[in-house]
Amino acid sequence: MAVNPRKAGSELIVTPGDEPEMPEGVFVSTMDSVFSWCRKHSLWPMPFATACCGIELMAVGASRFDIARFGAEVMRFSPRQCDLMIVAGRVAMKMMPVLQRIWLQMPEPKWCISMGACASTGGIFDTYAVVQGVDRFIPVDAYIPGCPPRPEQILRSLMDIQTKVQRRGTTFGNEGLPELRARERYVLARRDAPAGAGVADERGSEDRFGYRLPGGPARLGLEETR
Amino acid sequence: MSQAAVNVPSGAPADPRIDPAPGAADEAILAKLAAAVGEDAHRVVRFRDNLRILVAPGRLIEVLTALKEKAGCAFLAELGGTDYLQYPDPDRQGTGARFEVHYVLRDLETAGMVVVKAGVDDPDPVLPSAYSLWPGADWMEREVYDMFGIRFEGHPDLRRILMPEEFASFPLRKDYPLRGRGERHNFTKLTREES
Ligand code: SF4
Repeated sequence: MAVNPRKAGSELIVTPGDEPEMPEGVFVSTMDSVFSWCRKHSLWPMPFATACCGIELMAVGASRFDIARFGAEVMRFSPRQCDLMIVAGRVAMKMMPVLQRIWLQMPEPKWCISMGACASTGGIFDTYAVVQGVDRFIPVDAYIPGCPPRPEQILRSLMDIQTKVQRRGTTFGNEGLPELRARERYVLARRDAPAGAGVADERGSEDRFGYRLPGGPARLGLEETR
Repeated sequence: MSQAAVNVPSGAPADPRIDPAPGAADEAILAKLAAAVGEDAHRVVRFRDNLRILVAPGRLIEVLTALKEKAGCAFLAELGGTDYLQYPDPDRQGTGARFEVHYVLRDLETAGMVVVKAGVDDPDPVLPSAYSLWPGADWMEREVYDMFGIRFEGHPDLRRILMPEEFASFPLRKDYPLRGRGERHNFTKLTREES
């Protein structure tokens, strides 16, 4: 680095020796970065609201919390016009293929927020019919804890998504986080097991309240044996 | 017709506010039913203000038809199933079978009500369908089939109604674990690359 000889008045402006000089008022960036910058301030959410969390999501859209301040106020009910899936509420087994289909219908680049205890882990609904976390079946970028989460938490996760869009977004797609991709590869390698091919007994917690269910211990899926 | 006593703990007098006797309208239904099919097709059990008619599966349709056409119970208010596996009360006044399907019938003119119960047992529980009497039994029988695996012969479209088609168990059976047998975990996983 050398001190810029033509701008002798300011000792602070320096130019890297091996890069061409910029005229004043011009700066260099990457296309990816500019696209991401535009994109992150105009996310279009797809509200997949299946339960009570959806009500909180409506509050975020209304004037008091005002998601429009973050440029994400255009909730679309057609997945083809959206780039941010918000799974708000529990997802039943029968709903899972619908969720996956809607996710596939959204054009790239796209992101996903798993909102609330139910969408992230199944919450208190630990029964045969409820999916225990949508991240087992679709990629998720941000999780929001809470039952239901406060609207501020939803706004915070939106800001996290914005950060992520700026950091990892590319012009044509969304690369995801490396650690999530590693987990996806792990799941991918063993997903062709037949339905119901549980390989481990339940944690033995069904009788933790002093009674034993007549059905005996449940079986877990491949995914929960880790 | 063997009539069991009203189900009251021995020694305690029946409190009519808690244990009202079946009303006259219900008793009238019983009398008309007995006149139509005789006394040996069914057994009557009284519990509080309920009149329960226990029937063998073979005579279920006969009794239901008589109730609908002769005894005035034209309205099928409810149809459901129960699994009595490991039921703690040995004196339960039921059919003694593992599964029971109950039909709640009402007479809309006199407000009378009776509960018809039919018991079926493992390994292949089958009952005749009530669809020909009440088309409204369609979805209710499908639900009983979905949850307990009781087949209804003569049902026009006996498919699962709540659980996914590819689900292989009957979840409300008592020997099915609450958290399932791993069915909920093994859907296809979509990865970032594929979507
Ligand atoms: S996390 Fe709580 S508020 Fe949200 S869907 Fe589940 S139960 Fe409802």
